[in-house]
Amino acid sequence: MIRIGVVTFPGSLDDRDAARAVRLAGGEPVRLWHRDTDLAGVEAIILPGGFSYGDYLRTGAIARFSPVMDSVISAAGRGVPVLGICNGFQILCESQLLPGALTRNNHLHFICRDQRLRIESDRTAWTAGYQPGAEIVIPVKNGEGRYVADPDTLARLDGDGLVVARYLGGNPNGSVADIAGITNPAGNVVGLMPHPEHAVEALTGPGTGGLGFFTSVLRRPVRA
Amino acid sequence: MPRVVVDVMLKPEILDPQGQAVQRALERLGFDRVMSVRQGKRFEIELAEPVGTGPGAADAAAELGRDMAAKLLANTVIEDFAVRIADDAGGTA
Amino acid sequence: MTIRTRDASEIDTVEQAAATPELPQPYTELGLAPDEYQRIRTILGRRPTGCELAMYAVMWSEHCSYKSSKIHLRQFADKAPPSDALLVGMGENAGVVDIGQGWAVTFKIESHNHPSFVEPYQGAATGVGGIVRDILSMGARPVAVLDPLRFGPLDAPDTGRVLPGVVAGIGGYGNCLGLPTIGGEVVFDPSYAGNPLVNALCVGVLRRDAIKLAKASGPGNQVILYGAKTGRDGIGGVSVLASATFDSAGSGNGAGTGAGNSSAAKKPSVQVGDPFTEKTLVECSLELFERNLVAGIQDLGGAGLACATSELASAGTGGMQVWLDRVHLREPSMAPHEVLTSESQERMCAIVAPADVPGFLAVCEKWDVHATVIGEVTGVTPAEAEAGGRLVISWHGEVVVDVPPRTVAHEGPVYARPFGPPADQDALVADTPSPGRLARPAGGGELRRTLLRLAGSANLCAKTWVTAQYDRYVQGNTVLAQPADAGVIRVDESTGLGVAVSTDGSGRYTRLDPYAGAQLALAEAYRNVAATGARPLAVTNCLNFGSPEDPAVMWQFAEAVRGLADGCLALGIPVTGGNVSFYNQTGEVAILPTPIVGVLGVIDDVVRRTPTEIRGAGDVLLLLGTTRDEFGGSAWADAVHGHLGGRPPAVDLAAERMLAELLVAGSGEGLLSAAHDLSEGGLAQALVESCLAGSVGARVALPGDLDPFVALFAESAARAVVAVPPTAEPRFLELCRARGFPVTRLGVVDGDALDVQGHFSIPLAELRSVHEAPLPARFD
Repeated sequence: MIRIGVVTFPGSLDDRDAARAVRLAGGEPVRLWHRDTDLAGVEAIILPGGFSYGDYLRTGAIARFSPVMDSVISAAGRGVPVLGICNGFQILCESQLLPGALTRNNHLHFICRDQRLRIESDRTAWTAGYQPGAEIVIPVKNGEGRYVADPDTLARLDGDGLVVARYLGGNPNGSVADIAGITNPAGNVVGLMPHPEHAVEALTGPGTGGLGFFTSVLRRPVRA
Repeated sequence: MPRVVVDVMLKPEILDPQGQAVQRALERLGFDRVMSVRQGKRFEIELAEPVGTGPGAADAAAELGRDMAAKLLANTVIEDFAVRIADDAGGTA
Repeated sequence: MTIRTRDASEIDTVEQAAATPELPQPYTELGLAPDEYQRIRTILGRRPTGCELAMYAVMWSEHCSYKSSKIHLRQFADKAPPSDALLVGMGENAGVVDIGQGWAVTFKIESHNHPSFVEPYQGAATGVGGIVRDILSMGARPVAVLDPLRFGPLDAPDTGRVLPGVVAGIGGYGNCLGLPTIGGEVVFDPSYAGNPLVNALCVGVLRRDAIKLAKASGPGNQVILYGAKTGRDGIGGVSVLASATFDSAGSGNGAGTGAGNSSAAKKPSVQVGDPFTEKTLVECSLELFERNLVAGIQDLGGAGLACATSELASAGTGGMQVWLDRVHLREPSMAPHEVLTSESQERMCAIVAPADVPGFLAVCEKWDVHATVIGEVTGVTPAEAEAGGRLVISWHGEVVVDVPPRTVAHEGPVYARPFGPPADQDALVADTPSPGRLARPAGGGELRRTLLRLAGSANLCAKTWVTAQYDRYVQGNTVLAQPADAGVIRVDESTGLGVAVSTDGSGRYTRLDPYAGAQLALAEAYRNVAATGARPLAVTNCLNFGSPEDPAVMWQFAEAVRGLADGCLALGIPVTGGNVSFYNQTGEVAILPTPIVGVLGVIDDVVRRTPTEIRGAGDVLLLLGTTRDEFGGSAWADAVHGHLGGRPPAVDLAAERMLAELLVAGSGEGLLSAAHDLSEGGLAQALVESCLAGSVGARVALPGDLDPFVALFAESAARAVVAVPPTAEPRFLELCRARGFPVTRLGVVDGDALDVQGHFSIPLAELRSVHEAPLPARFD
């Protein structure tokens, strides 16, 4: 069974939910501790949602320097798939594995709601199983989810097809160009603000639209 | 012992909704001459010992501050920072 | 800031107390009555030290000792119905209920009202933090939160300050802690204007053989304080001990938090919470429990260490030695009485066998949680045991506390306060909302306008502006959340075992008849749990009232408790614990008496839960129960006429039991597509909510034997609306007939409007825009 690492930082919250999603997708979740540099030979890595280090200083700013992140960064460089969800996306931007940054929601409130998204690219390890243009509904829940990037970066993201998902039916946080998720050029590092791990069972979420993120990566793992 | 003070602000082109909320609150309190408000962070770092001695010491401390700011205190993608050295009385050396 | 150095002569030691019996002490400023102070002197055989005085003062305060409520609360035990499911009853940090398959659930509700008026964000945040720690201290993983809230009028200026702060605080703390908020209410009424109510209920899950208790047994076991450092949070009341002059300004009772009286010296300092610290505290504690490193555990809440040490000691061997100077301080200049009464958040106190201490400290280190051995469990002599145990606390080698802990924690004053109905009670009840008194709508046009007016009124409108600020998904086990009738959490992923929880309470009904009002709150929560298909098992309650020194308030309290106790007995579900919040009043004007009741139920497989929203076009809509002309305290009387008078709806607990059985049986047999209980706003509001939740309309015909206004807006109890697929209808009707329970066919799920035949039709789009407008318009 393909093993996918889920990192737990102090304050991570959706790590257990990400692990459940991996399991439901048919993979084997492996818990990784922030202080360990050993990635246990996993074939993909998830940085889960939550409030690592209480969002002190800036969201993801302190987690970015955890020992485990050194290993994650070098694994990403070798093509290992890495998915950053919500706080994980913030950590990926702080680590400069992805461009831009996440800031306070424009309306200043935490918002939790079922959000329509359009998956725009199937050329990433995490979205290979979706049809480009596919619409899914998954929960978005954050207070610091507004994606910002300078015009050059935005042009590059658009031009090179690096936008993975966009908000539909209302932008929950003011992200520029309704960007909900992006990828690096190699397609192995993806950051996503909404939570696919909360849409993997019809019983506990708005459907199973998020399962595709986890089943996609099981098709294209790269040993860390 | 000198203190390194780092001020971090969002870059001017980044939307600052907290600053805007503060501006609206000021207006509601009757402060009607406010054109704009930007909100930032200030870090006061007390060093255990000076960085070098003599006239270059303050510059060296400031350089240390800039290093800290660039690496951790500010996210240079969206924030600018300014560093100064404060003496114990709170003034600027 | 200069740091005050301390020498031995500044600290009031036991030795000094014995040597200076005539020293005047500021016991009045601390909220103690003269006879209570004398009693302390008698217990100790000398005058108390400053620290001892502080301990007794906070622990004997209303908030900690329940002195005004104890004699009434006894009824919950005296009238407790037998229950196989009850594993831990009242008296512990929280009640624990067996839900089967080796699982147990603990739940409790608490208030943090006064701090939330002073500092809405932190008051609400620390309220959540406190109740979470209570649940954690039972050995459980906290899994969900519900927050019943009460505010002044929606359009009052101060509501604009308090509500957004409270909601942001609950969200800010609960979300960061990783707890889904799955239920609660937001209610507006002028009586809450200076006294908002912020009640927080927390649910936790544990294996039934892993329950932890707050007792310090095993002489030689170590007492370890772990979590955040200790600072000056919340010690406003006892700060008078630090002052050099003992002027007798200020009087009244209730020192410590929650007092709410006007003396500035007693104004509680606001506690500031850090949810990240609590999150690591939770994970650290759960790992300690899992590794069996903890013999006893207590969380630190109101009265801090004073409470934790005295409660732990008196529940165990009775003996404890504490070295107070070992406490990890945030502010080095703190005096011992401040350390003892500090209410700094995110702290727990564990009893640990000596052999387990290294392992305990290692787990804390892993989670970066401060932990310090601050004491030891001691044995006691028979004489000491008789006296109530012996708790000795020293500060840098000097003994500053030497008391029998049971006298501090459990033998506080018990008041039998006088009570009697308010002078205006008869007139209030006589002022019934009859047709002659309050003009009623007639004809389709007026009925339509009335429905829209109610659906868009502050108390009945959509609360999405509030609930969207709460994470409902974290932990991945939320099956139903607001605006569903009850929150439903899956406990066991392999079997689908789950629990449902609802909180309800009407200040208006209770004002008209406290006995019935409390029973109606219980009935509504019970009904809401059953509506989701869960079998109600246990009860918690948060009793929010005005000043117990007012006989009218005391009467409301006594009657409400009596009603609740009688009601629990009739429904067969016990009270497992709860909270009393007194002094919710500004000057002479008390809040509406507001007993909030939480009911927890169990569902064998959450996949069979019944949602609130109607979905299937063609489903048959059935009205269960009997509707009468009952408008006392109703949403209609309030929203349209600003009227409160008459009697609340009649209580029929036998009917509630039968209705619940039907809803649970119907759910179990898979007969119900949806179910929604009827409460404020009556049938009309229930249909509005069900249609909008499912985004599908309904075509209904009102029962012919009732006046349409009554049929639509009366608030008779023991009723629900269910949606049943046509194929399931015969079987469900059979279930109703077998019990002789009234059931009426209303109509069908269909279309995109709420169509009340012969009267009016309202397109869903119009209904939605009216229902969802008020809160965003007010707060955005």
